[in-house]
Amino acid sequence: GLFVWRLKSAGTGHIPCHFGHLCRVANNRLITFQYFNFLKRMYVTQYNKDLSQRAKPKSDPVVPPFHELQQLDQEKKVIHKISPPSPVHQPWPETLRRNELREVESAAESEASATAVRAEPREDRQWKEMKLRLDELPGILARLSKIKLTALVVSTASAGFAMAPVPFDLTCFLLASLGTGLASCAANSINQFFEVPFDSNMNRTKNRPLVRGQISPLLAVCFAASCGVPGIALLTLGVNPLTGALGAFNIFLYTCCYTPMKRMSIANTWVGAVVGAIPPVMGWTAATGSLDAGALLLGGILYSWQFPHFNALSWGLREDYSRGGYCMMSVTHPGLCRRVALRHCLALIGLSAVAPVLDITTWTFPIVSLPINLYISYLGFRFYRDADRSSSRKLFFCSLWHLPMLLLVMFTCKKSVLDKEDKNDLLGESHGRAMEMRLP
Amino acid sequence: PPTHSHSDWIGPPDKHSNLRPVIFYVPPEESPLERRLREARQENQACNQRFWARHNRAFRQEKEEFIYSRLKAKGLEMRDETGQKATLNAEEMADFYKDFLSKNFRKHMQYNRDWYKRNFTITFLMGQVALARALRWLRWKKKNVQ
Repeated sequence: GLFVWRLKSAGTGHIPCHFGHLCRVANNRLITFQYFNFLKRMYVTQYNKDLSQRAKPKSDPVVPPFHELQQLDQEKKVIHKISPPSPVHQPWPETLRRNELREVESAAESEASATAVRAEPREDRQWKEMKLRLDELPGILARLSKIKLTALVVSTASAGFAMAPVPFDLTCFLLASLGTGLASCAANSINQFFEVPFDSNMNRTKNRPLVRGQISPLLAVCFAASCGVPGIALLTLGVNPLTGALGAFNIFLYTCCYTPMKRMSIANTWVGAVVGAIPPVMGWTAATGSLDAGALLLGGILYSWQFPHFNALSWGLREDYSRGGYCMMSVTHPGLCRRVALRHCLALIGLSAVAPVLDITTWTFPIVSLPINLYISYLGFRFYRDADRSSSRKLFFCSLWHLPMLLLVMFTCKKSVLDKEDKNDLLGESHGRAMEMRLP
Repeated sequence: PPTHSHSDWIGPPDKHSNLRPVIFYVPPEESPLERRLREARQENQACNQRFWARHNRAFRQEKEEFIYSRLKAKGLEMRDETGQKATLNAEEMADFYKDFLSKNFRKHMQYNRDWYKRNFTITFLMGQVALARALRWLRWKKKNVQ
């Protein structure tokens, strides 16, 4: 369950992995690492914000509203006291200043009482005109399409493309990335279109464009259509029909299955994991044109990764989920939540070992990736055993760097196409010699 | 919102429902289609507001009751020596969250169905209104050109 929850909960998501030309691998790694660190900081701050918001006890409804007004009074008084002295440039004698302050206080009191009567909301947000401003539109559309998450999705698709055992084709790569990005924008926009009242009620999502009325639902749907249709068309016609079909299926799965299912059954997490696993498969099919075992393995790795990532994250959001009516394992089946997270951490070790068997990577891959896989499994075990906030946070933050590192190691251990060609030549030669020997 | 404005205005989130109220602008020559759209949006707003205000209030209330009953079972008071409100940690609250979610499941299912229906209707009406306005504008343009 990724597009939404990942970024929602803490700007989470698929780890950036911009795979480029083989020569520029190192540079790209640095860029992605920096981008990833930036994202990590963003996640930390957002996550911390969420935690701190929850730590504060909610305002007691039993307390009479007058109490709140009194507090408002005091706040306003403070504000008024601070502002008037500032125009005083020259040093006034002590007595005069005191008199002024007294005057200010009385003025502030009368003003405060006036404002108390109005009883403005604490958040101090004003009424805004619901008119579309063209200069704000790019920002609004970026937030509507969850552009950062889309970028991460495109990165995982690029990873799939790069791991495919075919010579690198730049135009195909660009078309596939663009098509995937457009499809992701469309899916995210429809998701936000469906979830307006729920997003309003959750701390993480209450500043989305549709919630704030910055854009009309009609425009959101039109934007989604104008991204989705060209995106899928681009994939079908510019890359290959299989990739296009996968893209369309993924949009359908995300918007029509995962989004409604979030409120109906905990199975949404598994559906969401599939949604997250499809982009690398799309990248692979874009490169090779067929669904090989390698594509499924890459998808499997991303599928398994989703569980420790999301389950750890959702552990800290149980209150919002419960109130918002979202059916998540962390709320209804906490034991299952932790078991599944641990299970899939261990599955990652297994999947990494399968990679060389399928000729995608060399045998160095499972060996080099073993430390990080063991570490995340260890954190998964701690989460399983302790079931507290600190272990869930540790697991979540580990998952953020674990995936890019795993994909990075996978890419560097990729079985080069040349190696395979040499092997074939060798086989051909030996066959030739065998033939020669048989001839009299 | 100012009286001379020709557009809808959206306000800060409501205290109980967390939804932002909208004041709809009624144009002097409102077509029946536009009126249908406005009324649909107003009804949607009212339904959402009713549901979430009641739901959130119930949540807060039940949460308080749960905390109170648990604290009493532990032998503690609602406020400790420093006057701070005593709270339960996340693991203890988890039981309440699970309970609350399952209790309100059917209510949410019903609300979901209603919300999806209303959302689609409103968006479809918006499309119709936009189309009607575009055709009107084109006709007006043609008339002006001639």
